[in-house]
Amino acid sequence: MKSINLPVDEKTVRSLKAGDIVSISGIIVTGRDAFHKHFSDGGAIPKEFKDGALYHCGPVVIPDGQSWQVVAAGPTTSVRENVYEPKFIAASGVRLIIGKGGMDEATHASLVKHGAVYLQAVGGAAALAAASVEKVEKVDFLKEFGAAEACWHLRVKDFKAVVAMDASGNSLFSQVRQKSKKILLKLLKGKGK
Amino acid sequence: MAMTIVDQIVELIRRTTSSLPGDVVRALQIAKGNEKKGSSAEVVLSTVLENCALAKKNSTPLCQDTGTLTFYVSESLRTKVTREKVEKAVAKATKLGYLRRNSIDALTGASYDDNCGPGSPQVHYCKRRGVTLLMKGGGSENMSRQYSLPDASLGAGRDLEGVRKCVLDAVVNAQGYGCAPGILGVAVGGDRVTGYSVAKEQLLRPLDEKQTDFERRLLDEANSLSIGPMGLGGRTTLLGVKTAFRSRLPASFFVTVAYMCWACRRCTINIK
Repeated sequence: MKSINLPVDEKTVRSLKAGDIVSISGIIVTGRDAFHKHFSDGGAIPKEFKDGALYHCGPVVIPDGQSWQVVAAGPTTSVRENVYEPKFIAASGVRLIIGKGGMDEATHASLVKHGAVYLQAVGGAAALAAASVEKVEKVDFLKEFGAAEACWHLRVKDFKAVVAMDASGNSLFSQVRQKSKKILLKLLKGKGK
Repeated sequence: MAMTIVDQIVELIRRTTSSLPGDVVRALQIAKGNEKKGSSAEVVLSTVLENCALAKKNSTPLCQDTGTLTFYVSESLRTKVTREKVEKAVAKATKLGYLRRNSIDALTGASYDDNCGPGSPQVHYCKRRGVTLLMKGGGSENMSRQYSLPDASLGAGRDLEGVRKCVLDAVVNAQGYGCAPGILGVAVGGDRVTGYSVAKEQLLRPLDEKQTDFERRLLDEANSLSIGPMGLGGRTTLLGVKTAFRSRLPASFFVTVAYMCWACRRCTINIK
């Protein structure tokens, strides 16, 4: 397992390979549908994305005195942001995109060009993801987008994820898909056992 | 003092949302042992198991998508466990944080903050005992499929071999998107509506009950596809396959596959 401390530099990110398991510590910032649309419409974005991490996540957050407590924070499906992400990567200087299910080729090309990777978090593992959050540092766009869509700045410790699309153009998802399709063809041709 | 019906259902929701059934946990543990040490598959499965233990301990949702709420209520409890009481319990459980605000208007997307909207929650009166709750998330629901045989693109005819081809195609189509390793409920026959409802009901069957030869073969072949946990590769693509057969019209031959994620949340209680 490789440890990544945020903010992270391009060289470290380019050294990550598809299949690597990483443990992330530092501040990650959530952003999903409403945030991406806001960016696409020309809206300002938090500066913390520079050399930082974007997490596709709509957390369950409850007020805790002056601060907030994150109750559940698993990843949401990333493909919905495909249309926005190549430009967001270029504009923000983000190094890690964390989500579920992978993203398209245009996004991967942008990851390769700008030196960033896509990480798969464990879908559904919301309680554990929430437990890795040490502190909510701040929240942007809470009023505008609501709690599930706001940009939460989460200080995490040992948040585990798998590098699924690396900065050299390798994708675990397309490797797995191609392999499974080949095996399926064989199974469909044969009568099986 | 005895608990009210509403509070008994709130307790059912708490249990269902925060802990997986023992048979599913055991299947995940066995799967973890089958994966290569240090592989992403092993890491994903141990993360899943660690997550489930934590959610159980804290009585918090083990997945933030608390899913479509389907209640199967014994016919004999029709007058005791009414839809009104189930809705009251769902609203209360939402307030308590056991359920995410997870029901929205079909067109406007406006939230039904108590999770009670037209058709939500679902309450079915049937021949089962007590009250059973099944929670199924959207990621997995999006991977469910219905086939009509014959299917030329798969070379699938109107026989068991054709059914097998549909099921394997559904698994490849789902990849890791439904939060693999998944569980399949498969209905063969029926009409389009009963196909989906019967397929979904198969998800209520425990994984460790006796498998048919056909189910075992489907499970082995699906796992040979190497899709693995979360679609990152590995030996565990499915935890189980449950099939059911229903009579059909001569003109129709449907194969319906209900895809359930690893977070197969189901629980049954007896009402006092």
